[in-house]
Amino acid sequence: MPVVWIPSLLRSLTGGQEKVSVSGETVGQVIEALEQRYPGLRARLFQGDRLRPDLSLVVDGDMSVRGLLQVVKEDSEVRFIPAIRGGS
Amino acid sequence: MPTKVPVSAWVNETPVTFACEPRQSLLEVLRDELSLTGTKLACDGGNCGACTVLLDGLPVNSCLVLAVEIEGKRVTTIEGIAPADGLHILQQKFLEHTALQCGICTPGFIVSAKALLDHYPNPTEQQVRHWLAGNLCRCTGYDKIVRAVLDAAASLRGVQSGRSAVKEP
Amino acid sequence: MSDPKHSLVNDPKHSSADNQGGLFHVIGTRPIRPGDTTKVTGQAIYGIDVNLPDMLYGAVLRSPHAHARILSIDTRQAQALEGVRAVITAADLPDLSAKISAEGEWGAELRYQNDNILARDKVLYYGHAVAAVSATNPHIAAEALKSIRVAYEVLPPVLDVQRAMAAQAPILHLDLRTDELGLRGDRPTNVASHMQTLQGDPQRGFEQAAIIVEREFHTSAVHQGYLEPHNATALWAANGEITIWCSTQGSFSARDSTAEVLNIPAARIRVLPQEVGGGFGGKNRIYLEPVAALLSRKSGHKPVKLVMSHPEVLAASGPASASWIRVKMGVDRDGKITAAAVNLAYAAGAFPGSTVGVAMGTILGHYRIANLQIDGYDVVTNTPWSASYRALGATNAAFTSESVVDELCEKLGMDPIEFRLLNGVRTGDPRSNGQPFARIGFMETLETARQHPHYTTPLSGPYQGRGVAAGYWGNAGGRSSATASINPDGSVNLVTGSVDITGTRMTLAMQLAETLGITAEDVQASVGDTAMIAFADGSWGSRTTFSTGWAVYELGQNLIHLMCQRAAEHFQVPAEQVRFDDGIFTVGEQKLAFKELAAQLNAHVPLMASATVNPGGAGPAFGVHIVDVEVDPETGQVKVLRYTTVQDVGKAIHPAYVEGQMQGGVAQGIGWALNEEYIYDEAGRMLNASFLDYRIPTCADLPAIDAVIVEVPNPGHPYGVRGVGEMSIVPPPAALANAIHAATGLRLAVLPMSPARILEAYEANPIS
Repeated sequence: MPVVWIPSLLRSLTGGQEKVSVSGETVGQVIEALEQRYPGLRARLFQGDRLRPDLSLVVDGDMSVRGLLQVVKEDSEVRFIPAIRGGS
Repeated sequence: MPTKVPVSAWVNETPVTFACEPRQSLLEVLRDELSLTGTKLACDGGNCGACTVLLDGLPVNSCLVLAVEIEGKRVTTIEGIAPADGLHILQQKFLEHTALQCGICTPGFIVSAKALLDHYPNPTEQQVRHWLAGNLCRCTGYDKIVRAVLDAAASLRGVQSGRSAVKEP
Repeated sequence: MSDPKHSLVNDPKHSSADNQGGLFHVIGTRPIRPGDTTKVTGQAIYGIDVNLPDMLYGAVLRSPHAHARILSIDTRQAQALEGVRAVITAADLPDLSAKISAEGEWGAELRYQNDNILARDKVLYYGHAVAAVSATNPHIAAEALKSIRVAYEVLPPVLDVQRAMAAQAPILHLDLRTDELGLRGDRPTNVASHMQTLQGDPQRGFEQAAIIVEREFHTSAVHQGYLEPHNATALWAANGEITIWCSTQGSFSARDSTAEVLNIPAARIRVLPQEVGGGFGGKNRIYLEPVAALLSRKSGHKPVKLVMSHPEVLAASGPASASWIRVKMGVDRDGKITAAAVNLAYAAGAFPGSTVGVAMGTILGHYRIANLQIDGYDVVTNTPWSASYRALGATNAAFTSESVVDELCEKLGMDPIEFRLLNGVRTGDPRSNGQPFARIGFMETLETARQHPHYTTPLSGPYQGRGVAAGYWGNAGGRSSATASINPDGSVNLVTGSVDITGTRMTLAMQLAETLGITAEDVQASVGDTAMIAFADGSWGSRTTFSTGWAVYELGQNLIHLMCQRAAEHFQVPAEQVRFDDGIFTVGEQKLAFKELAAQLNAHVPLMASATVNPGGAGPAFGVHIVDVEVDPETGQVKVLRYTTVQDVGKAIHPAYVEGQMQGGVAQGIGWALNEEYIYDEAGRMLNASFLDYRIPTCADLPAIDAVIVEVPNPGHPYGVRGVGEMSIVPPPAALANAIHAATGLRLAVLPMSPARILEAYEANPIS
């Protein structure tokens, strides 16, 4: 199952868990599965129906711009890191 | 509206007559009335040297000179530095040494450096750094500017500098 | 003044970076940029030089208060003055409230942008724009400002981060709540957000430490200090099309931000980027463009030119954030870092959005630290809206962490380069995003610094000291565009969407020339305006030579592919008998150089190619700086005797430009370290808003700066480019602080380390 690294500020929702394994074939499905297990988590990651613009999605070490549609594999690692904005 | 005053002077060896308001700076008249925008507007307060021109051969911040003050005098701007058939040796050395990045300070540096070399053909590095301390550059850290000026001085004296750093294309 | 003994030590001719007839034909050489010729003759046109027929001049009225409610604005008297054409206030901006509320709490960003352009209900800093006029000449415009009557209710200002975070602080935005990754605070605050990075178990890591150093630092706001003031000339034509000539680092971001503020489609605005007289991050944001456009429309569709004065530039644009930083680090007996904990609070200025997030990623990014906690706070204050400045947020952060590292080295009795060789990141180590570092050159950079004669030459007098500091900068990718058209003679016109602020027209032309097997002189590179070329992000993040270089490389490949196809058709040769190797097209039996083939094909059907990219693979940069200083104990003056900067730049495309970037960053870093600061009175009025009082280094303040290029090519780029420009500003304040300590025994925890601060420190710690 894909592994999601939980940002430290959200670990109060996961009982302190740093890494959580949940099923899903896309990042959207993975977040749905997380929400089932830890209600409230989705809202913290979302702006409206998308990922927050100040978070970068990193899957298997690569920055993704596909957001919730990004495909994940059985052994994928999913991270949400603060986005470095373009210096405006 | 203030009355305009007629002024006659030489700008880059050409006699010019213009009418200006007494409150207008030389910088403003050069740029806006005579279309000589090579003299750059930056701080407009005498702090940065970007607007340096030669007034009767001496460098001045043209933002601090009133246009009416140049009556009967000779002004040399960056547009009057190069010979008709090419570049002044300082301009050439600034290019060879990559002594500019954004280039907004470059005309002021070249005019100041020309005055330096007119007065001191064989300056030391310290003299160059002191003479040019009234010209600010935020891009280069001055290193390559100082090299370019020293190299230009050597060339003007006919000395082989041994530091012609540019690989010819 | 520089010490003549160490003058001009780095003859560029002998730089290691020059291509010694190796892999490349063009890359690594030092051709002269044709466009520079117009810069040395004064013929280059910058934004300030734009003059249009029948042009009007604008001026902006700015707030004399740091924090006040606007009760009323009366413009009638100004409007009636002879020569005045239009007066505008925030009431002339389109009402975006519907759009803002539709975006919920995220709509706030749009509101901040608009409120910074022209204040609506409150002024939030000294110099905040309130109204603007257009007139037939700049003097009339300036006089007209005096006739605008603004009634203010003055409010208490809060000027520094620490006070803004305190419980009883005046509140700038009554609706602001602290965001902690989606959790909103329940009361009004100046803390816009709290971010956190947590790895391992810091508490356990500190328990394992033999030595712990914990220090607190304060750094002042500093300005980017470009010489060309912000300016914009706009024509809002009667048909609704807007043309803007301006000084910007990003023509597309300038267009799109202006479109947002004016609430019109982006395609109706054409931004013509002019030569830029310095940016350093400060010309990413718009200030004047929509104002000039609105004035143009209201002045009967005449062009209007707006130019800030330098006092306006300093008081109302930029600066880089002031900060309050606490760093705690522990090491074991061998000098290995066991844990670190960092608190960073950055002043965002009037609106949220400081660079604290970037600082969190860079402050210790060059060390292997298993147990690490970093907390970042973005804090609003009654100062101008902070902007990015070269290596945004990293310099003041590195000042603090590299000062603490120096103290650890002192306590360990360990050589500072040895410490970094032991603890520094290496190829394959994990980054904070989980991705392992691809090939990086921190170790090579450290080894080069250790072997440099500067590091081994003894100091020569009392009150002298040597300091070392390292720095890390991630560099950026981002969206880029490029197109090339081939001329009948086979020469090439290259146009990119990237504004050239540092010489990138040359470095891009060189990469295309390398790809096509022609000379740099065969490629004429230009910056496209927003109607001519596809979208590109602005020139920030040291990204242009890397990312736009990728676009140029791809367009080169596309062009070669197209030419092979066309050559097969033209010469009636099977496609498999056409190929391109090392600058030569083989077409059946024939061998043709690029220019020959291009000229022949172009005679039938013109050739052009384009590419747009958004590459990953940006390569992080590492730098090590060595500086010698002499401190005058009587005056507190710090004289910089010798400076050496060593940096892994990836492959240096044009080594002279690379050296210039490294030297320029050092000079700015020295200014940040020793002189530059924003000084306010208690009411929040800026007291030093000129380059006389805000003193940037002159050439009499600096020595020769030895730029040592280390080349560890970035595997994420076809020519190994990493990005150069920003890294060099990161270590100087830390290197200077460490040198001052070596010279005096004093550890300064404040920037700038001005003579007054050095004397204060002496008084607090008299030397024996």
